Amino acid sequence: MNFCPHTPEDIREMCSVCNVNEVDDLFKELPVEEIDFKKLGKGISEYEGYNLILNLARKNNLLSYHFLGAGFYDHIIPSVVDFVASRSEFYTAYTPYQPECSQGTLQSLFEYQTAICNLTDLEVTNASLYDGGTALAEAVLMSLRITKREKIIMDKSVNPIYRNIVKTYLKFLPYELIEVETEEIEPDFGKIKSLLDSNVACFVFQNPTFYGSVHDWTDLINFAHEKNILAVSSVYPISLGIVKTPGKMGVDIATGEGQSLGNPLSFGGPYFGFLVTKKVYIRNMPGRIVGETLDRNNKRAYVLTLQAREQHIKRHRATSNICSNEGLCALRALVYLCSLGKSGLKELALINFSKSEYMKKKLIEIGLVIKNNATTFNEFVVKFNRPAKEIFSTLLSKNIAFGIPLYLFGGSENDILINVTEKMSKYNIDNVCSILEAIL
Amino acid sequence: MKLIFEESKSGRKSFNLPKLDVNLKNFPDELCRSELNLPEISELDLIRHFINLSRLNFSVDTQFYPLGSCTMKYNPKILEKASNIPEFLNLHPFLSILPDSINRCKGALELISDFQDILCEITGMDCATTSPMAGAHGELTGIMIISSYHKSKNSKRTKVIVPDSSHGTNPASASMVGYEVVTIPSNSEGEMDVDELKKHLDTDVAAVMMTCPNTLGLFEKNIKEISDLAHSVGALMYYDGANLNAIMGKVRPGDLGFDVIHVNVHKTFGTPHGGGGPGAGPVGVKKFLEDFLPIPRVKREDDSLVVVSNSDKSIGHVSSFFGNFAVILKAYLYIKLLGTDGIKYSAEMAVLNANYVMNRLKNYLKLPYDRTCMHECVFSLSEMAKKGASALDFAKFLIDRGFHPPTIYFPLIVKEAFMIEPTETESMETLDKFVDAIIDAVKLAEQNPEAFKEFPKTTVISRPDETKAAKDLIVKARL
Repeated sequence: MNFCPHTPEDIREMCSVCNVNEVDDLFKELPVEEIDFKKLGKGISEYEGYNLILNLARKNNLLSYHFLGAGFYDHIIPSVVDFVASRSEFYTAYTPYQPECSQGTLQSLFEYQTAICNLTDLEVTNASLYDGGTALAEAVLMSLRITKREKIIMDKSVNPIYRNIVKTYLKFLPYELIEVETEEIEPDFGKIKSLLDSNVACFVFQNPTFYGSVHDWTDLINFAHEKNILAVSSVYPISLGIVKTPGKMGVDIATGEGQSLGNPLSFGGPYFGFLVTKKVYIRNMPGRIVGETLDRNNKRAYVLTLQAREQHIKRHRATSNICSNEGLCALRALVYLCSLGKSGLKELALINFSKSEYMKKKLIEIGLVIKNNATTFNEFVVKFNRPAKEIFSTLLSKNIAFGIPLYLFGGSENDILINVTEKMSKYNIDNVCSILEAIL
Repeated sequence: MKLIFEESKSGRKSFNLPKLDVNLKNFPDELCRSELNLPEISELDLIRHFINLSRLNFSVDTQFYPLGSCTMKYNPKILEKASNIPEFLNLHPFLSILPDSINRCKGALELISDFQDILCEITGMDCATTSPMAGAHGELTGIMIISSYHKSKNSKRTKVIVPDSSHGTNPASASMVGYEVVTIPSNSEGEMDVDELKKHLDTDVAAVMMTCPNTLGLFEKNIKEISDLAHSVGALMYYDGANLNAIMGKVRPGDLGFDVIHVNVHKTFGTPHGGGGPGAGPVGVKKFLEDFLPIPRVKREDDSLVVVSNSDKSIGHVSSFFGNFAVILKAYLYIKLLGTDGIKYSAEMAVLNANYVMNRLKNYLKLPYDRTCMHECVFSLSEMAKKGASALDFAKFLIDRGFHPPTIYFPLIVKEAFMIEPTETESMETLDKFVDAIIDAVKLAEQNPEAFKEFPKTTVISRPDETKAAKDLIVKARL
């Protein structure tokens, strides 16, 4: 199957316009050799192709339900999100370099920028980045550009995968990254504070933490600001339906994984990252930015702006190498936030909070210990008196994925990170707790 | 059009959440946020808002989109359908590393592994990863791999070489990995100047980054000599896969001497570009670089699939999992639909279409490098600009004729560059209409260049003030 419309007559006529006898003549400058394709066979029809994918899909052995989160969450997606994102005027368009014929993309990204600024109480954002982890890495690089300092302090209750991405981005550059051990699973505020000296560009934290704990970081941020150190955070956007915002805490650059805003889990992607900051730092921000202006008839119009920071103009002196963004995922987030609306996101956050509190209560009732000392948001750590791996495997044999055993990330052998979203029913929570009670 | 925030009315609601089946808990006051300003809108008004917005866009499905260096070809609809299968859509990525869970995501891992194998076959590489989430992200990953390789050999190299026709991402990626960028000028044939290259090629050079065919749409005839020269000083060859569409199935970057490549799947394998993304930028390497690939990585070992999530030599994580999985799924299916013959035929038709447009237009517009082009051709409108009709004016004229304009002012080495990439999925009739529109523009430029300042006239806005946008910086709604 191919998608070329040419008839043999078309090809003959076009070849004659090109002054060649046959198409192969156009490839004369290339050292063409017959390629020995072993793996890729002949083309197939779309019916066969769909079945090929369907058969692969069915090899995935589905769970009855799961408590998996750790940065990537299973939330309800309103139907309008899929409907809007499947309009091909959105998904088959390119980067909006020509504003006159891209106002649909540009205005929706401008609205997205507004929604993300409102969600975080910060002033400026871009039209999305690749994912939560790379957004955090870009924020760290941004803090190094702004402060011209060389040290980064990062709390170890930041998602370990995000920490790994930050480490990868930094390890080729002449900067020093210090990771601060947690006290059990909570951030060690005293230790972080003691490391904030005048060589530090930024300190990096996550709220709620990887372990689900919510803290008010305002005091530490104020302390850092006295030494001109920037506060960089990663946040879970659904939590911002109720949790004190990075803007109100004084955070300089907030980032996060946007997946939970209307994007399916989809085995890891596509997701999107957001990065929000204060207006003074906008010229140091990576990525595309949509700005409002007027056209020649004084009509409101949207364009890509501050392109002088970008790779296609600044080349090796650009704020980053980023060229594309995750526009369609950002559009999904916008539609999602508009669908839930002003009261809906708060309500959703409270449902998530209430359900996870219910699950905590049930786990405590059967004699288990919750390790978080702080308030948690839809995620928490439960401690067992034997290896978590055993517990996990036993429940998996009953088609339930019971959270993320923390030994996978260098944590205690007996701890599991549990996530509860609005999708989890009381019935399932009760059910898993009674199974647990029977095997403990 | 109004912003959705301006359509908001207090008390309206769109989505209903399921009823809470446990007791409602109050969140502690001292940790609570203040009011959150999001639109309050009914479902119908929300849908009308976004569908009406969508109608303000040009797209591949509505218009011809000959955007040079960006390959905007048709995206088969079966790819969308296949990417919406629930067994993939609802799959949690952590199942790939959780204990006893690998069979829970076996289909997804098999798809990734098969895709990697086929990508290697098409590009002449030995191993691949799907982790990078876009072309530029693939470049960054590739240069990190190159840096780690040199470090493992205790070789301290500080420079990366790029031609002056390179994409801006190339120098930007090299500098993000800490390299100094050396730019080599193009010769009169529009190719990298080998004599200039020799002057700069020494043991300080970590890599030579090239696009082939290059951004002028020309095949680099000296590419094998260039890679031999680079290898002779221990430097590696990096292939920017932006233009792989022109040569897929015909020649392989791996056979031309490249050691590391990335492929922009939306350009080569027909996955939609979503108004700027998501894309995907899988990376392929030669065997000696395998250990440096990012983690996690799917690998076939003795007929079973494993996920490598720990490796001493690996550059580490560049993304959380296996990249933009659903995009990789579409690219995989696209390749399977085409098969060996379809891949090769697509490249042939892409090249035929570009040469057809070039030949039909070269009596009207200045062609700075008059030779067979690959899948795109670059004209210079400098003569027209002198008369008062710039490349930008031509672009705006074409919008009114219903075409998305070509890429303008890139590559930077061509004055008033006008870069056309028709792609293989457009018919001769569409190309003829497009060519005719440009010929009309040329005539208008001769007769009445001032008339160009009026275009476009048919779109919802006309020529926005970009200077004002950068000066006033309104980047969110003033509510």
